[in-house]
Amino acid sequence: MRWKVRVIVRLKEGLNDPEGRVVGNALRNLGFNVENLRVPKYFEFELESEGPEEEVEEMCRKLLANPLIHEWEYSIEPVS
Amino acid sequence: MVRFAVVVFPGTNCDFETERAIRKAGAEAERVWYKTSLKDFDGVVLPGGFSYADYLRAGAIAARQEIMEEVKEFAREGRPVLGICNGFQVLTEAGLLPGALRPNKTPRFICKWVHLRVADGETPFTQFYEPGEVIRMPIAHAEGNYYADDPSKVRVVFQYSDEEGNITDEVNPNGSLLNIAAVANERGNILGTMPHPERASDRFLGSEDGLRLFKSMVEWARR
Repeated sequence: MRWKVRVIVRLKEGLNDPEGRVVGNALRNLGFNVENLRVPKYFEFELESEGPEEEVEEMCRKLLANPLIHEWEYSIEPVS
Repeated sequence: MVRFAVVVFPGTNCDFETERAIRKAGAEAERVWYKTSLKDFDGVVLPGGFSYADYLRAGAIAARQEIMEEVKEFAREGRPVLGICNGFQVLTEAGLLPGALRPNKTPRFICKWVHLRVADGETPFTQFYEPGEVIRMPIAHAEGNYYADDPSKVRVVFQYSDEEGNITDEVNPNGSLLNIAAVANERGNILGTMPHPERASDRFLGSEDGLRLFKSMVEWARR
């Protein structure tokens, strides 16, 4: 079965996100009232798998994220 | 004579200087493409640079290449494994050293000379330094902000300090926890350092303080 997978990896709550801070400051300089801006990483791919949840979880743990500093979430839907 | 492998990944760029520094410290050194084997070597050095262009996270892709299985074997056998800058990032990503190197607190590439306090003079890499001694080496990195869940379990080897050896926020270039610049594994045979000892291995470079690190490593590997 073929799946469309979308993964978001972000720094854990409380860990400083320097890129997010800079982008947030730039938006504030443009007059937007934003706060706590974070810049997560976004991955999308197609996966041929019988157990996609398990595989995606493993991908995050082994490479896409560093479990020490990141948390992740994903969505998986069948490719029609 | 003991022989060190200097592993070259796509994007490594400090391999020649590192090879030269090891030779100057009295050992044989050879640059080794990451797809070749490490057998016949007594120690391994992962030099600085931008392996795989630092895509995903610095060191993340290199850490998952096949050659790292051999590096892990080296480490298990108690042979010396040194990671400099990108090499340090590779070692943490591979799980050979505790912690992670996050983007610098001020999100920019930092290239400058720093003072370091020798926190641990007992490792195979620092036996020629006095504990508490202040030395000079350059740093050049964008992701050197050291983080560990439990710093009490980390064997800290160098800390960013001022000229007198004081550990303060003002002299912490990247936001590292406890000003940590270099760490070793519990056993001491794996060292990761953000400062570049090979760039401080000759008087004409501005400092020879880094050469003693290679001399310590070579001397230790010889036994």
